[in-house]
Amino acid sequence: MTSPPPPWALLAELTHSCPLHCPYCSNPLELVRRSRELSAEKWADVLRQAAELGVIHTHLSGGEPLLRPDLAAIVAAAESAGIYTQLVTSGVGLSAPRMSALASAGLRSVQLSVQHAGPAASDRIAGYRSFAAKEQAAAVVRDAELPLGLNVVLHRDNLDAVDAIVDLGVAWGAERIELANVQFYGWALHNRTALLPTRDQLSRARETVESRRQQLAGTTELVWVVPDYFDGVAKPCMGGWGAVSLTVAPDGGVLPCPAAGALPDLEVPNVRDRSLEWIWNSSPAFNLYRGTEWMSGPCGGCPRRETDFGGCRCQAHALTGDAARTDPACALSPDHALVRALAEAPPDDLPPDDARRYVYRGPRPARRERSRG
Amino acid sequence: MTGWRPALARSVVLRHDRVRRADLLVLPERVVILGGRAADVLRLCDGRRQVGDIVDELAARFPGAPVAAEVPRFLDRVREEGWLR
Ligand code: SF4
Ligand code: SF4
Repeated sequence: MTSPPPPWALLAELTHSCPLHCPYCSNPLELVRRSRELSAEKWADVLRQAAELGVIHTHLSGGEPLLRPDLAAIVAAAESAGIYTQLVTSGVGLSAPRMSALASAGLRSVQLSVQHAGPAASDRIAGYRSFAAKEQAAAVVRDAELPLGLNVVLHRDNLDAVDAIVDLGVAWGAERIELANVQFYGWALHNRTALLPTRDQLSRARETVESRRQQLAGTTELVWVVPDYFDGVAKPCMGGWGAVSLTVAPDGGVLPCPAAGALPDLEVPNVRDRSLEWIWNSSPAFNLYRGTEWMSGPCGGCPRRETDFGGCRCQAHALTGDAARTDPACALSPDHALVRALAEAPPDDLPPDDARRYVYRGPRPARRERSRG
Repeated sequence: MTGWRPALARSVVLRHDRVRRADLLVLPERVVILGGRAADVLRLCDGRRQVGDIVDELAARFPGAPVAAEVPRFLDRVREEGWLR
């Protein structure tokens, strides 16, 4: 077997803990407990291995990575391995001293999440009073002269505010604003009814973003991540299974995509047991849907199979129960009616800004009861 | 352009990738694979050398190459991308 091309990026989920409770969080429903997290020494080892394998970028993410007191040591380890670091944060806990410790450890850039353009709405969606901390975090990043990106997950409750969100990003000094339509995995799948936008909302927002992009050309970059379900096309999820990047979960499990833990038949390899090199090149998990050989149905003979890689395995599994089927988001999929039905479903009766519509992210209620008893 | 001493923007890293045997510009959300002599030019953008110095050094190193015509244009293009300041 010839080895696959090396990975470019590693998403490091340093912890699943987070003060926020976003109902669309991409973390799995079953969150890893703090006692099972990898140590900073183990992360340093993983990052060294990653650099040897060819990883250029790491996103230090979570949960909220700032909850790790040893974050600066992890940044320093990435930097000394030659890996470019980006912190992905809710902003809660990013004080000026913390920022300067991270910057001297070698942190290169910061991506800050925001839930809405206004404080009350942002706090309602996050399920936590955090807007003021975010505003302060943006200022701290600017003062440290690091590039700031704003990251906003778009859904029914904030798509109409996209213009104001862009204004906010510009006012906070973001060089790049990522407007990412919600993708239905993890908590977002759980909250799909509440989050699913209407087609009208989407086309209005898309037009707004288009005109703002022209207006801001050369100053602020606007990135629009296309919505699931509405376009009849499958997205090239992760640039292909085991093709571009890998995700290391807080407990050391390694996945081809942050959502892949939801696939029931996937045997998740772990950096505690195996080298990253073996995991990337030889593990069954990374080879399961690599390339095009596993494809059947319409993908098998489709000219787009090297472009979109048959779409998303997690979505195929979530909607059809079979991860190896063509992504139902594709209009050529025999299961496409499932996606059409969801996209055309009338919205529920509660107003979009009613917090009762959400199941907030957190430890699962069942577990909470168990630990109480 | 006169007096400009090009330097990489703060968030941009120029590095060699041993695994892929390529020179890269690494940015917050993307990686640019440098072709030809681009890395040789950018390595001289240290904030001390002026454009003229860079041209002279490259002309000495690559005799016969159209350095004087092409390098300033290349540097301008890279600055427009926001990767040089
Ligand atoms: S999406 Fe929200 S809850 Fe999930 S890790 Fe990010 S900030 Fe925390
Ligand atoms: S059939 Fe498969 S490969 Fe072809 S466009 Fe649809 S998802 Fe992509």
